[in-house]
Amino acid sequence: MDLILVNLIDGLVTGLLLFMLSSGLTLIFSMMGVLNFAHASFYMLGAYFAYQISRSIGFWPGLLIAPLVVGVLGALVERYGLRRVHKYGHVPELIFTFGLALLIEEIVQFFWGRSQVAFDPPAILQFTLFSISGNSIPAYKVFMIFISLAIFIALLMVLTRTRVGLIIQAALSHPHTVETLGHNVPLVFMGVFGVGTALAGVAGVIAGPVLGTFPGMAIVLGSIVFVTIVVGGLGSLWGALVASLLIGWITTFAASYNVGLADVFMALGFERPDDLSESMFRDAWSLTLPQVGPILPYLLMVLILAFRPRGLFGKREV
Amino acid sequence: MKRSVNLAAATAIGLALGASSAMAEAIKIAFIDPLSGAFASTGENGLHQYEFAVETIVNEKGGVLGGKTFEMVGFDNQTSPKESLIQLQVAIDQGIRFIVQGNSSGVANALTEAVEKHNNRNPDSRVLFLNYSAVDPALTNEKCNFWHFRFDAHADIKMDALTDAIKANDAINKVYVVGQDYSFGKAVAAAAVAMLGEKRPDIEIVGNELHPIGKVKDFTPYARKIIAAEADAVITGNWGSDMLGLGKAIIENGFTGPIFTYYAAADGITAAFGESGVGVLRLVAEGPNNPPADEAAQEYIRAFKAKYPEGNISQARVTNVVDMLAQAIEKAGTADDVVAVGMALEGMKTESMWGGELYMRPEDHQLIQNVHVFAHSKVEAPFDFDNSGYGLTHETTVENASADIATTCEMERP
Repeated sequence: MDLILVNLIDGLVTGLLLFMLSSGLTLIFSMMGVLNFAHASFYMLGAYFAYQISRSIGFWPGLLIAPLVVGVLGALVERYGLRRVHKYGHVPELIFTFGLALLIEEIVQFFWGRSQVAFDPPAILQFTLFSISGNSIPAYKVFMIFISLAIFIALLMVLTRTRVGLIIQAALSHPHTVETLGHNVPLVFMGVFGVGTALAGVAGVIAGPVLGTFPGMAIVLGSIVFVTIVVGGLGSLWGALVASLLIGWITTFAASYNVGLADVFMALGFERPDDLSESMFRDAWSLTLPQVGPILPYLLMVLILAFRPRGLFGKREV
Repeated sequence: MKRSVNLAAATAIGLALGASSAMAEAIKIAFIDPLSGAFASTGENGLHQYEFAVETIVNEKGGVLGGKTFEMVGFDNQTSPKESLIQLQVAIDQGIRFIVQGNSSGVANALTEAVEKHNNRNPDSRVLFLNYSAVDPALTNEKCNFWHFRFDAHADIKMDALTDAIKANDAINKVYVVGQDYSFGKAVAAAAVAMLGEKRPDIEIVGNELHPIGKVKDFTPYARKIIAAEADAVITGNWGSDMLGLGKAIIENGFTGPIFTYYAAADGITAAFGESGVGVLRLVAEGPNNPPADEAAQEYIRAFKAKYPEGNISQARVTNVVDMLAQAIEKAGTADDVVAVGMALEGMKTESMWGGELYMRPEDHQLIQNVHVFAHSKVEAPFDFDNSGYGLTHETTVENASADIATTCEMERP
């Protein structure tokens, strides 16, 4: 029972982290129609920039500066890269972002090497806040939860309560109408891309110390972010939040319980073969939930695409 | 004026010497390991260790066979068995007779097979395969052949040393085994369960599981299970980011017992653990205490760090490979007839510069050496790893570890 509570907290941390990545991506995707393959690379850049800054002036300035730098970089990429490629259609855009992801990975390896770098949580947060039956909850995790929630609320406020948010929402569905009304839609695009990548940068800064800062960190998280926005529904902030939390909890709980498929089979009334090596389904009999855990989000995506193609909260078909 | 004449004379002599030594043909050694891709840093650091070792141990001391020097030639295999076979062929075509490789047992399995086939078919261009890191026990058991020599202790020997340490520790009553879901992870888990059952039947294995390799984003749930199982110690064969992720999560979530590992050091891992790993992380391997007891060994590390400030002497056995190969070539009196060199290498006994005796067991070509359980602890520069101020120090030592370990090898000699 206690473990369930601990897993709920762990899953919440993972989910909120995913949300910070997917919220930016979902806005960019629905607004510009660009599948930004390089989104997770901006997350990695955030972690590395913060690592570099934390070495000279500390973690806290890094938390502020690194996402800003990443956001400006993102805006520049949109202004001088994507916007030029845009007129040739979606496939060149796709290839552009894909190339960008590879480029960023090589640049990171060039400057910081191929090994892990020692990026640690700030000393002030390196203590156990509380424990639940022997499982300690580090203060840093709680800090992650609060940062993510604060960002979610701020985003929601901007999108629903401000004029800028109104224009963004309008540009999401009717870009040409908004342009005809005299708004500078390309500028809005640039802003959204910048803010989206800055959010990825924040995620990188706070995730780097716990999930490790290494050149492969973008790849590890890259595909799951796409799953999140498809499940949540394109362009929906609430969808991104719900899908992120769902996936965070699914993967955490799947990794936590060593239920084997064998148990499921036996519960269904099948008999375990005496000699597994002779059985046709020997792999299925020896599989456990933690082993299949990482596939579950993809399974969820397939189910969503089959039964509810616009996602949980989406308004448009994918 | 006089000084400049002296200088000129010295330069002339130096140039002449350089020219003459360049004329004596160098003995080339092919280094087939990743020099690009995800494991490039490990491969590159390995190549530097080799280059430094042949320079310091052989060339600066006058070479072998009256003046022949060693020369390392790097071949990038991208950690792929298929690419390795291509590179092996390129090396053979360049007239190279000695192959060193270490990263990945999958590659080593492919290479040893290819080398055996090649040597049987081409008696005129035979090669020796000196394996310095691939630890799959099969390589010196069912897959052994005359051309393959292993200089690292294999996975079962390491587990033997590791379980000896656990056996001697009465505080450990519950052990959790966790590893990557592939052949090596499974081999480590099987060996751990078998050997603990033999040495300490009272120990309870409270967890034994495999996780997808390179796919786990957050190891926290695994850490929770380990805590919930009230394990006193953890055993893992993880490497790379899977090692760091698992170790960090376990420590962060309040585990204070020992985590016994194979690969939790160097390549950024030591630096990333830093203070948090002290008292928790253990690593089983061969190699020196840090700093080494021997002054010459200390000097060797200082000189290496002066030349490669970003590098680590993370594979001390590299010097054993170079030293034993040089001795074998001297003893055989030839560097061209690899059968003679192989025969000289078989059964060779020598002292390691890191301390302890080395014995190349003729039955299976497995080097028998001292194996240590190291503790991650504060180590002064330059004997630390990753320039982090932390490194490995001896905790327990098994002398001539598993000298009589059984082998299924039936060696066929040419």
